[in-house]
Amino acid sequence: MEDKVILLDFWSSSYAMRVRIALEEKGIQYEAREQNLVDKSPLLVDMNPIHKMIPVLIHNGKPTCESLVIVEYIDQVWNDRSPLLPSDPYQRSQARFWADYIDKKIYTNGKKLWREKGEKQEEVKREFIAGLRALEGELGEKVYFGGERIGFVDVALVPISSWFYSFEKCGNFSIEKECPKIVAWVKRCMQKKSVSKSLPDPQKIYGYVLQLKQKLGID
Amino acid sequence: MANAEVVLLDFWPSPFGMRVRIALAEKGIKYEYKEEDLQNKSALLLQMNPVHKKIPVLIHNGKPVAESLIAVQYIDEAWKDKAPLLPSDPYLRAQAKFWADFVDKKIYALGRKIWATKGEEQEAAKKEFIESLKLMEGKLGEKPYFGGESFGYVDVVLVPFYSWFYAYEVFGNFSIEAECPKLIQWAKRCSEKESVLKSLPDHKKVHGFVLELKKRLGIE
Repeated sequence: MEDKVILLDFWSSSYAMRVRIALEEKGIQYEAREQNLVDKSPLLVDMNPIHKMIPVLIHNGKPTCESLVIVEYIDQVWNDRSPLLPSDPYQRSQARFWADYIDKKIYTNGKKLWREKGEKQEEVKREFIAGLRALEGELGEKVYFGGERIGFVDVALVPISSWFYSFEKCGNFSIEKECPKIVAWVKRCMQKKSVSKSLPDPQKIYGYVLQLKQKLGID
Repeated sequence: MANAEVVLLDFWPSPFGMRVRIALAEKGIKYEYKEEDLQNKSALLLQMNPVHKKIPVLIHNGKPVAESLIAVQYIDEAWKDKAPLLPSDPYLRAQAKFWADFVDKKIYALGRKIWATKGEEQEAAKKEFIESLKLMEGKLGEKPYFGGESFGYVDVVLVPFYSWFYAYEVFGNFSIEAECPKLIQWAKRCSEKESVLKSLPDHKKVHGFVLELKKRLGIE
């Protein structure tokens, strides 16, 4: 029986992009179904009744939710190609640690960065930059966080780079200036088809942010 | 020294620390327990978890693993021949990880609001806390454990909060057992296991700790 893989998706979600990249890396055929997050579909509510959020991976009718849980699931099911997590338990624990760090320091602050102003925004920017700098330390001289090939941490982090242009415009700073190694790593990742296919155009994201700001009444 | 191979930097009332204690006990792993003074963190803690400077930190042959869920998964993978905590089926593993994430997102944060706030904020936290526990009761169903017939990952992740229920009930002025009797039954069943018995502190002690904490933080 052929695998049926459906992704409940939203084009600007960095969390959903993680899943797209993982599916592309493994060469898995899937159907992406763009969701309306304001008027949620019965399928979304049925497949993720607890959080009612995307991404949701539906594999042969069975749903998995939470982006990092989904990426690990994909890695385990399609374990015969392009491994994302290392096989050594200690190295796996370190990859999970840094993915968790990315969620806590980069993604959470990213969400706030474009919404805040003044001193609150400065504080968020500082934490965001400090987070990227810590990740630069972890990357070191490696090509990717996963070593010679992209891995779990690369998949966890690279999607937010599609939002960098928006953060820079809203926060009035240059991420390349503050964290050149991260920007160089992003460029390397973007040369991979699995990544470039899965990330939207940063200008499109910026247009979307401007629309959201208008809707939310933020300057 | 055999047990210096595994060291746990911990703090006795921490539910996150308890998770790691339980996992180590389930696997029968001998380890050295080091109590940290969180007001005066040791050089070892700062060295082993420079990023977050928090407990628990599991140190195995000198190599640190921080974040309780990550440490429990590490223990399960590094000592995979005994008492498996996560299922081997990828879909069931993903379900277990989803529910562990749910516990982290809801139970801890809401529990904290119950003892740290008052009035409307506290009432809202109590309501959401009970709703979250009821969702977990639904997930448990008629099974003896979240892991099915045997104690597993989600059981390890949730049961430490049982030692805090008495404190939540006193400060929140409500009965968790009245709202979620099945969950309390499950918690009592878990508490009969030696790994859990050994790892959870006395709930009155936890209540005393929260009283002192509130005083120190200037919360009434």
